[in-house]
Amino acid sequence: MPIHDQGYRRYGGTRAGIGRAWQVMTRAGVMTIIAKRQFLALMLFAWAPFVVRAVQIYVAANFQQASFLAPKGETFREFLDQQGAFVFFVTIYVGAGLIANDRRANALQLYLSKPMTSAEYIAGKLAILFLFLVSVTFLPAMMLLLTQAMFAGSLTFVSNNLYLLPAITLFSLAQVLLASTTMLALSSLSKSSRFVAVMYAGLFFFTTALFNALRGITGRSSFVWLSPTASLEQIGDVIFLLPPRYQLSPSVAGLTVLILIGASLYILSRRVRGVEIVT
Amino acid sequence: MTQLGEAPAHPLDAPRFAGPVVQCQNLSVRFGKNWALNDVTAVFPAGAVGLLGPNGAGKSTLLKSLLGFIKPDKGSIKVIDLDVATSPLEIRERIGYMPESDSHIPGMNAVSFVAYCGQLSGLPATDAMQRAHEVLYYVGLGEARYRNIETYSTGMKQRIKLAQAIVHDPDLLFLDEPTNGMDPKGRDEMLELIHDLAHHKNVNLILSSHLLPDVEFTCDHVVVMDKGTIATYGPIDALKGTTGRVYELRIKGDEARFISVLRSEGYEVHDSDEDVMRVFVPGAAGDNPKVLFDLAARERVQVRHVRPSVPTLEDVFARAVGEK
Ligand SMILES: Nc1ncnc2c1ncn2[C@@H]1O[C@H](COP(=O)(O)OP(=O)(O)OP(=O)(O)O)[C@@H](O)[C@H]1O
Ligand SMILES: [Mg+2]
Repeated sequence: MPIHDQGYRRYGGTRAGIGRAWQVMTRAGVMTIIAKRQFLALMLFAWAPFVVRAVQIYVAANFQQASFLAPKGETFREFLDQQGAFVFFVTIYVGAGLIANDRRANALQLYLSKPMTSAEYIAGKLAILFLFLVSVTFLPAMMLLLTQAMFAGSLTFVSNNLYLLPAITLFSLAQVLLASTTMLALSSLSKSSRFVAVMYAGLFFFTTALFNALRGITGRSSFVWLSPTASLEQIGDVIFLLPPRYQLSPSVAGLTVLILIGASLYILSRRVRGVEIVT
Repeated sequence: MTQLGEAPAHPLDAPRFAGPVVQCQNLSVRFGKNWALNDVTAVFPAGAVGLLGPNGAGKSTLLKSLLGFIKPDKGSIKVIDLDVATSPLEIRERIGYMPESDSHIPGMNAVSFVAYCGQLSGLPATDAMQRAHEVLYYVGLGEARYRNIETYSTGMKQRIKLAQAIVHDPDLLFLDEPTNGMDPKGRDEMLELIHDLAHHKNVNLILSSHLLPDVEFTCDHVVVMDKGTIATYGPIDALKGTTGRVYELRIKGDEARFISVLRSEGYEVHDSDEDVMRVFVPGAAGDNPKVLFDLAARERVQVRHVRPSVPTLEDVFARAVGEK
């Protein structure tokens, strides 16, 4: 009769120390996403601009008459700007359900009953989105720089534009952190990943449209802070040593991005709890 | 009496933790204006302890405070000799929690879910996977272990919640209403499992329930809660034994008057079906029905029948909660 005849045994093996649980979580999250066909297709699209630009660099390096295709410092800025579209899609595809699905399944109380703090939980979830976003921004941009050196057969361009290394790192970091924290914060507010996706896209388009409308009406572009995307563009120009495109101090734009990231982390710290207190 | 050639006792059979598993000092938790826990001071000994109380008594709130999910407004808590406020992770490494509400990690089948929980608790991937299979068989989900949890029935969800709580072989288990929603057969099996864990696998556990038979079957100790406070606590046998006794009584004479006399003398009387009444005689006097005979003689009624009724936890519970 007793079902437990199958036995329950004491565990005598090793145990990893405290502070490792988030890695387990990140690994599982990454594996779940790369197992999806749709996602692989999205990644393929996200790397297409890299291929196009690599071809351009190859042609420029090998044919004199195509030297107009040779990369400049701005090329990398433009490239990362373009990748912004894929940042948007990957953020929605990967990020919308990250916490919302856990909320729907009441999984938070399970996670937090394991040796894992809420900060670790947030870090583990952020890391998933972070890794995928880095792989469509920082990674291809750096590969492009490497490709240039390879096709040109020299490090002349790289050493002449050494600022590109910190610029690419810093700007992709800003892109990735802004997208991942805001998305995660939205995801922690709902139980429906679909709703989160719609909210994220809605806010993205709404803020951009609002900024453009005010710019059209007033003829001034000092409302950059209304749009996270425009703020990011503004600080991108500064990071890449280009003249800023909008009439707003880049430090205000930078502050906007920092405030958004800070507010998102605050929301996350409030929302990721073992119990939700309803009063 | 270790003799030559005799295998030494397996280290894995050693008791896990002998001291009190939980100590609460003046613990108070407030939700808005409502004190869910009000100045709770209690010690939970090792072994199986039932946390008994009606809906809203604060059982789940207490368990969530032990886990560190809820920061108490007042007081302090120690679990397995560690302070919840300062070492929550060291505690959670050694405990298992079976929450009251349905919960799982989305998008996984049962084995990967349970193995994943093992890994989160620090087990290496291969050990976690092996133990996931074992505990799923143990809780009776062996056949269903490759199914997605979202397709599980309520009873199966209860079992898988137990599985994820024991996969890492915890020293202490918190079970919040583990038999909720289960059919009679499933409930019996769940209780068998809990009994087996506590009494044969040496897992210390705290079982929250509003069902007396569940606690009586699985636990040695009980803590009775009501309206955020501890109503009574102690070993179940002692609570049933020394605090008095219930007698079934039948008399010839004016029954209603005798009942009111009994009540005015401070006895608790339940007038049950037909002409049998149940009288609770508290304290040591309860060992002997003499007091009842004396009263009957004084009131000139004839005692037809007296029989000590088997004390149940129900009596203890009703009294503890009723006294408030
Ligand atoms: N998350 C919460 N937010 C606000 N109030 C809460 C919350 N959880 C519980 N409460 C309140 O705290 C009190 C104790 O609730 P608790 O869930 O601990 O009771 P319980 O003994 O577990 O009851 P049950 O047997 O119904 O599970 C109740 O009055 C409840 O309304
Ligand atoms: Mg409860």
